[in-house]
Amino acid sequence: MSSRPVVVARGVSKGYVIAHRDSRPSTVKEALSQFLRRGWARTPGSERFDALTDVSFDVQEGETLGIIGANGAGKSTLLKILSRIALPDAGTIELRGTVGSLLEVGTGFHPDLTGRENVYLNGAILGMTKREISRRFDEIVAFAEVDRFLDTPVKRYSNGMYVRLAFAVAAHLEPDILIVDEVLAVGDAAFQRKCLGKLDDVSTREGRTVLFVSHNQAAVETLCSRVLLMESGRLTYDGPTKEGLLRYLELLEVDPEAADGEWDLSRRENRHANDRKPLMRWLSTGTGSAPSANLTVGDMAEIIVVIDRLPDCGDPWLGVRLTTEVGQTLATFTTALPPGSCTDPRGTTVRLSLPELSLSPGRYRFDVGVVDVAVNKILDEARSAAVVSVRHASLDDSAYLTRFGDGYVTIPGSWTFTLGDRNRPGAVEASDLGGHVLRQ
Amino acid sequence: MTISSRRGWSEELIGAWRQRDLTAILAGRDIKLRYRQTALGVIWVVLQPVLVSGVFSFVFGSIAKLPTAGVPYFLFAYSGLVGWNLFANVLSRSSVSLIGNSALVAKIYFPRIILPLSTIVGALLDALVGSTVMLILILASGRPIDILPLLTLPLWIAWTALMAIGVGLLLSGLIVRYRDFNYVLPLMLQLLLFGSPVAYASAAVPQRFHLAYMLNPLAPLIDGVRWSFLGIGQPSGPSLLWSGLLSLIALAVGLETFRRAEARFADVI
Repeated sequence: MSSRPVVVARGVSKGYVIAHRDSRPSTVKEALSQFLRRGWARTPGSERFDALTDVSFDVQEGETLGIIGANGAGKSTLLKILSRIALPDAGTIELRGTVGSLLEVGTGFHPDLTGRENVYLNGAILGMTKREISRRFDEIVAFAEVDRFLDTPVKRYSNGMYVRLAFAVAAHLEPDILIVDEVLAVGDAAFQRKCLGKLDDVSTREGRTVLFVSHNQAAVETLCSRVLLMESGRLTYDGPTKEGLLRYLELLEVDPEAADGEWDLSRRENRHANDRKPLMRWLSTGTGSAPSANLTVGDMAEIIVVIDRLPDCGDPWLGVRLTTEVGQTLATFTTALPPGSCTDPRGTTVRLSLPELSLSPGRYRFDVGVVDVAVNKILDEARSAAVVSVRHASLDDSAYLTRFGDGYVTIPGSWTFTLGDRNRPGAVEASDLGGHVLRQ
Repeated sequence: MTISSRRGWSEELIGAWRQRDLTAILAGRDIKLRYRQTALGVIWVVLQPVLVSGVFSFVFGSIAKLPTAGVPYFLFAYSGLVGWNLFANVLSRSSVSLIGNSALVAKIYFPRIILPLSTIVGALLDALVGSTVMLILILASGRPIDILPLLTLPLWIAWTALMAIGVGLLLSGLIVRYRDFNYVLPLMLQLLLFGSPVAYASAAVPQRFHLAYMLNPLAPLIDGVRWSFLGIGQPSGPSLLWSGLLSLIALAVGLETFRRAEARFADVI
């Protein structure tokens, strides 16, 4: 690994002028009349929005760097500048080597062209020459697993095939610096693993530099050794991945002070929902009797979500996602909401009961969301809506099935010992060592 | 490579040259797509000017009986349309090339000038087909083909495309910001069609309007194309000089406006 960084960003800033009450001219007539009234002076009804403020960082060769942050924190703007789509207002970025960016899978694909034609088109848009594409064509097609449909227009492809082909082209770009944004949000689990594997190959085996933006914390944790955390256009953390992810999720926590197992979801700023007002009002966790953020292994656990009346009703579902402390999904629970959830002005209270909590001791998070499945639209979403601690009932760890090692799941079982050979007379069963069998 | 708040010409042009395959592939895409899912396909390239010439023949030839220096009116109109269609195609396709590919512009970096430039290829191909049909028509009508004027045809074609792309670059950058030009352009083209010697001969314009008429820099080019096919109405020296000057100005202004507007394309589009 060379000691000279391949990316050197210094003081990068970019702002947008956002107009209020449509004061910015978008037709010639408006521009003319505004010009006649006050010349080229900045229109008073507009305001500067700083998408990026004074961002500086280095990236070493062969490093895989994750960029994380809430929506609107400036990640996408930073990527657009790094991939030369948009220019910064101030600051410079020195790039050593060729840059390939993959900001959205399938950009540049034309639905009416065949798979083969699109490989060439997309490859050329991404910066490959015809000859380079021809050389890697078979490899691309093999990776995408679409060889039978090469001469079919991509509009007839399934979503999965489309995404696979698009990723395959981009993955075979071979730039020195690869910029990837959210591509792994698509495709099935097997293909996602394949993509992650390919990215890992690109960085570790081929020694290329990868800049990776994702909300998929598990992917960031697996791929990146270092992350940048963006908050409101500023770089607030630059360091090891695990601490960065923890900090990010703490930022997302809806109500960090809540310790009694009740979270006020209406208080959160709209970080992940659309511009709508929050629909989910309260979330509480507990063991059945009273709300509590402390849950017990093997005991009853409850999650209660209070939802306001839904504004428009297609086919609303509630989803509850259980994740590890750093955001890796462990389980997802979904349910269709009753038709009354759209009509009753008092709203709906949904209770999810888990009779035996089979988690290992540790901290876990819950994401909750309301989705209209009919139109596949997220109506409201709160990531890291609740943080709970899971503990053993007794403080004596030796009383349980496991004491050392890691993992997230507790599976019922017991240990049995026999002193001597079990098949010979005289063996002594010492089945439970004085009752030290897991109580589950 | 350094990214800063400015992007220079050299970077743009070197980048465009490096990605010249993209120009070809984009042009190929447009050509392939234009007639996909049409019943007649490529025949439209021939059919469209033939039909327009037919209409012109009826209106201007049979009803208005415009003078054509002894050439059958159909040939006369068709030869004018070869030059005109090239100009109109390059201009109208290049000016919407950015907003027509807004997903690309917003998501991927490549020298943006490739988008308007690649539209020339398809228009030139149409002009090639049009010229071939024109030659067949002349032979079919029994007229002799004059080789010397015909050799100048590539010059007129290139010149027309150059002027069109100059204006097209200017408009493509402006349209990103002001979609008004989307509505202005067809109107402009329609006016220009009747202000150019497509359906009538430049010589038919009354003498007192002649100077004003020749201010249209496109007029001598359309005359030039017709002259190379039919040997009538050779454009005059001064009008060509004027046209050349305006073409260069259009190209320079177009390129510079495009470069200035380019920095903000991804933000505005």
